[in-house]
Amino acid sequence: MTVTLTSVPDIGSDPAASLRRFPFPFRTDTYRYSTNVEPAGKQLETAAGGWGDLIVDIDAHYLPEIAQRAEILRRDPTRQAGAAHMRAAEWDALLYVLGQLARDYPHTMRLERSGRTVSWSNTLQGLSVDFTYGDDSSLPGGPLGFLGTQMQEDVALLDQREGALWLDSGVVTFAADWSMGFDVGMRFLEIHGPVPRVHQEGIIARAQQFMMRLQPGEAYRRTNWTMGLDGRLDTSTETYPEWGQDRTNVIHDPALPDRVHLRVEVQHIIRLPHSGAIMFLIRSYLEPLSALASVPAWRETLAHVLQELPQDMADYKGISKYRMQAAAWLASGQ
Amino acid sequence: MSKISATITAPENRQAPPAPVLRDALELVVSAVVPRTKNIVSVHFRAAGQQDLPGFVPGSNLAVECSGTGGRTKTNAYSLTGSGTFPEEYTISVLRQDDGAGGSRHIHGLRPGDRVRAARPRSAFAPVTTARRHLLIAAGIGVTPILSHARSAAEWGREAVVISVHRDGVGPHSAELRKIAATNPSISFLECDNRTDFSQRLTRILRQQPLGTHLYVCGPEQFMDDVLAKARTAGWPGERLHSEAFGQAELDPGDPFAVTLASTGEWIAVPSGRTLLEALEAAGKNIPNLCRQGVCGECRLGVQAGRPLHRDSYLSDEERAEAASIMCCVSRSIDPEMELEL
Ligand code: HEM
Ligand code: FES
Repeated sequence: MTVTLTSVPDIGSDPAASLRRFPFPFRTDTYRYSTNVEPAGKQLETAAGGWGDLIVDIDAHYLPEIAQRAEILRRDPTRQAGAAHMRAAEWDALLYVLGQLARDYPHTMRLERSGRTVSWSNTLQGLSVDFTYGDDSSLPGGPLGFLGTQMQEDVALLDQREGALWLDSGVVTFAADWSMGFDVGMRFLEIHGPVPRVHQEGIIARAQQFMMRLQPGEAYRRTNWTMGLDGRLDTSTETYPEWGQDRTNVIHDPALPDRVHLRVEVQHIIRLPHSGAIMFLIRSYLEPLSALASVPAWRETLAHVLQELPQDMADYKGISKYRMQAAAWLASGQ
Repeated sequence: MSKISATITAPENRQAPPAPVLRDALELVVSAVVPRTKNIVSVHFRAAGQQDLPGFVPGSNLAVECSGTGGRTKTNAYSLTGSGTFPEEYTISVLRQDDGAGGSRHIHGLRPGDRVRAARPRSAFAPVTTARRHLLIAAGIGVTPILSHARSAAEWGREAVVISVHRDGVGPHSAELRKIAATNPSISFLECDNRTDFSQRLTRILRQQPLGTHLYVCGPEQFMDDVLAKARTAGWPGERLHSEAFGQAELDPGDPFAVTLASTGEWIAVPSGRTLLEALEAAGKNIPNLCRQGVCGECRLGVQAGRPLHRDSYLSDEERAEAASIMCCVSRSIDPEMELEL
């Protein structure tokens, strides 16, 4: 293993840029669940700009979010789960992602491979490392651990066998109200057990059928959304005692528009080429209502979506306590 | 194997539907042609351009475009023999069948430097990652996907027992398999050149495998049926038995049909290999859509006359029976003409 660290360039941060690239998820002013998958990599225009041209997306939060992931894993290693039978999938996932980064960020990322010998350099982290594909000891953290240090996305790997998809490996530090440690080893259908409506409506069964038919190299994406407070990314079940209260104390807080964030997950579903595993990437974007309201179309749409959302869906998303206040603030046009 | 077992039983290798399979095709060039036995040849392909060849899952097949008679192109799918990890070449081995539809003759006629188009490799016979051991059984040219599995097992240190049965005294890939077994302690290789001998050994081997072993078989239909029947008799559960069977096949290109739009009376042709959604888009119609795979429900259109040929997984059984809607990204028409509420 050779790892070299050098000094790191500054990527800066620009709030307007993050709003321009925010994946505003609503196509109409009401929201219901659906099997909303579409081909990956297609740029979508929004009222503020656009998003979606890249599968693995680096923004100004790159270094802080990766540092945060490392800190979460240090405190709670159960956010990462691997398995011996997933080794090939983990290596496959790593090379897929590094390949995407090198292609899309050629000025900062470089990947070279000769046979199974791989050189990776990431100048955003001042890192350069040589490793051998398939040799876990050749890379700090092994393939999965290392993967989690190179991208902001959370990752879950699903193995396909016995006519089902199994969540058998992954690094998920920014879960929106679920737990990797609890869900690992479960089938796709079991994982979605608690979600209202989707089973009766056949949404999850169709999603599974769709994913099981994906051929190697095919990449799709979908968005999902919820609300969160204070820009907090880690709302894992494990840390509920730290953030659960905020859902109540925000209701009468005059700072509500700055505290309540729309949380959008861009989720990529990719059939990996060598192992045939499904890689599920989850990238979470947060914007406070106060920022979203600067885009009039978003202000209106979000106000309506929140106000109209059926109670069972709002309960499941954990936003029932404050969503009407949020909708009212948006609608008031202050 | 797919194609390959089919070779011996009946038709030519499996015929993949040309239009959808060869979207996003790979341009390949023949880099070597290696005779294996008197009627089996291995053909090696490299990428025609600078790009790396896509990797593939062990047991995948490659649908190669062959020029057929009358200028029509068709594709035949053949198992790739490599492990699939960072392939520099794609290699297939093909048995010549003079009575076939011509695909195998076409492959046998290829020479270094020839260019061919092929679909991206499709996975159809993947190893089960959780298997404690892989029992890989091949007959004749059915050894091709088994070789792919054995190579992958060697790369990842998986335990495997490979059995190859062949008649002519020479197995098309025995030399490689022998070498893999000699250099990888987790892999053993057994050859049989007569069926009775094989049958007796198989009975014994089926009893000796540790719990959690998965069996994979590829060869002529009858051979696969026999092996699977024997395994079941020996108490193997169905989930641990795998024979080359195509996964969910690519949707076939379908027959041509035409639609008329109720609002304007406009007539739009939908040729084979093109979806109704694509035909409508080409005619300048803006149809909401998302997945283009028949799962999301966005592209639903009303049908006024004609019977839709439903190929989506969105509509319910009742909605299908009603025939009042069609998911235009994948579904087609049973009748030559259909009228849409558009
Ligand atoms: C097309 C594919 C998929 C669809 C349509 C889908 C749909 C959904 C929906 C509608 C929810 C409820 C979200 C909310 O209201 O905030 C959900 C939650 C969830 N999804 Fe998926 N999902 C898909 C793929 C996946 C995959 C591949 C994973 C793999 C790990 C996954 C893991 C989860 C988890 C962990 C939850 C939270 C469940 C809980 O409350 O414990 N989803 N999904
Ligand atoms: S576009 Fe999704 S069902 Fe047709």
